Amino acid sequence: MKVPLLRVENVSKLFYIPAKKSDYCVFDQVSLAVEEKEFVAVLGHSGCGKSTLLNIIAGIDRANSGYVFLDGKETNQPGIDRMVVFQNFALMPWLTVSGNIRLAVKAAFPQWTKDQIEERVRKYVEMVGLKGAEHKRPAELSGGMRQRVGLARAFSVNPRIMLLDEPFAQIDALTRGVIQEELVRMWGDTGITIFMVTHDVDEAVLLSDRILLMTPGPHARIAQEIKVDLPRPRTRAHLVEDQRFHDLRQRIVDFLTMKHAA
Amino acid sequence: MTSSSEVISPGSLAAVTAEPGVAPPAASSPARTASPDPGPGRPGWVQSANGALKDNWVLLSLLCLAIFLAIWQFYTAATKALPGPWEVAQKSWFFLSDPFYDNGPNDQGIGILIGYSLMRLSLGFICGSTVAIILGVVLGLNRTLYKALNPYIQVLRAISPIAWMPLLLYSVQDSGWTALLVVFMASVWPTLANTAFGVNNIKKEYLNVAAILQMPMLAKVFRVILPGAGPAIVAGLRISMGSAWVAIVPAEALLGSLGLGYFVWNEWNNLDIGNVIFAILVIGMVGVVLDLLFNRLAKVLAYTD
Repeated sequence: MKVPLLRVENVSKLFYIPAKKSDYCVFDQVSLAVEEKEFVAVLGHSGCGKSTLLNIIAGIDRANSGYVFLDGKETNQPGIDRMVVFQNFALMPWLTVSGNIRLAVKAAFPQWTKDQIEERVRKYVEMVGLKGAEHKRPAELSGGMRQRVGLARAFSVNPRIMLLDEPFAQIDALTRGVIQEELVRMWGDTGITIFMVTHDVDEAVLLSDRILLMTPGPHARIAQEIKVDLPRPRTRAHLVEDQRFHDLRQRIVDFLTMKHAA
Repeated sequence: MTSSSEVISPGSLAAVTAEPGVAPPAASSPARTASPDPGPGRPGWVQSANGALKDNWVLLSLLCLAIFLAIWQFYTAATKALPGPWEVAQKSWFFLSDPFYDNGPNDQGIGILIGYSLMRLSLGFICGSTVAIILGVVLGLNRTLYKALNPYIQVLRAISPIAWMPLLLYSVQDSGWTALLVVFMASVWPTLANTAFGVNNIKKEYLNVAAILQMPMLAKVFRVILPGAGPAIVAGLRISMGSAWVAIVPAEALLGSLGLGYFVWNEWNNLDIGNVIFAILVIGMVGVVLDLLFNRLAKVLAYTD
């Protein structure tokens, strides 16, 4: 049998609440798999632990039980093969646009010459449409532009899988649409697998091949899996005219508004 | 004049709360007369308030100086106890016109003396700061170690560097080294405390990025931790530099190491109060210049999240 690119097996996360002197189980026995070149979204309410799940996969948070496998090998440390795009961008504020991407490229390809590094930095600056803003620092950029840097940084290291943690939640709606479509284009061009968590139903449907629906916490779990078989390329304009989009959307909204047994 | 109700700018709460068409309260009224013609597109009274402030501080500063000199002159004329401003100015001119003469250890140009002090300062300061930054990074990254050593750091930084002098002199048996070590002691603590604080307060997300990029320890220190804590470190260096410069004068005076501190003490022994005052002024001026250097550095390393 083919080994999935990413496999999460029975992962649980507890938070200790000092005031109550007890554990709070965020999610319980979560399992999932992501195949090569897939775009998978985890959709759930705020507080259901989806970002924590992503952090566990990234290795920057620890699970209380369960395993994460990348290419069949267990992993519990952060690694450049699982590059993260953060909701709050997490750009180094003292570095320029180029500087932030260079930091990642240098780390990913330590044996490269200066020219090779600069070449790649330039390529990814251009890919996200930030040519002309290379020398600006994050504080001078809009949220949309900052996340473009975040995406360029993630794509530039050529990871096995990209982990997107509500990447567009802090970006204004108009810009969001543009960057979402750019993300899909870059995903297609690079063939890099993407795992995204979001609470935006439209975003999940627009972008992903598969949506995993998470119940609200405590004891959150992945309750349903929805295949998004809408043809690509998808654009917002086309989707709103497509009945299948509305059906899918309705199914998801029904699920999210339903009362779940804990 | 722009109607105040249109003005919404930081620091001008009055503009936001004022009724439409009603003039903003007192703070702005002098400014209005100072600059009746606001620039295009800018709310007039806010801009001119800033402008007026800018003009005023130089004038006010010069006025303070004039008042000070007048009191000094008056006191001198009345009591004859101190050399007056004019005498000090003449002595200053004498020293400043030939700063690099050398007539033996007790009679050297002011430039040479400043040079000695700055040399001692930079050597002690660089060594002290290096130790402080390295130790500060280690403590900043290790919370347990930080908590364990913090009480000792607090005690040590409360000790005047001069208080170490007898012990140091007794230990190293050399006044030159002792003066250096006093500067070292003065330099270490503020930078150490600030570096540990700065490193400890680096946003977790930057360290997460470094971890995901699997940066080797040294790369992480130089590309993420030091730049991230940079502003805090420079703030520490600035305080350290100030405290080292404050410490170097009594150290040189007491140890007889050539430099500005020695100069001021030597002139006291010569009972030449005019020269003592000149020395005091030079010490102050050099201190200001040093502080300006760190101000520049702080601006270079500053960043906004």
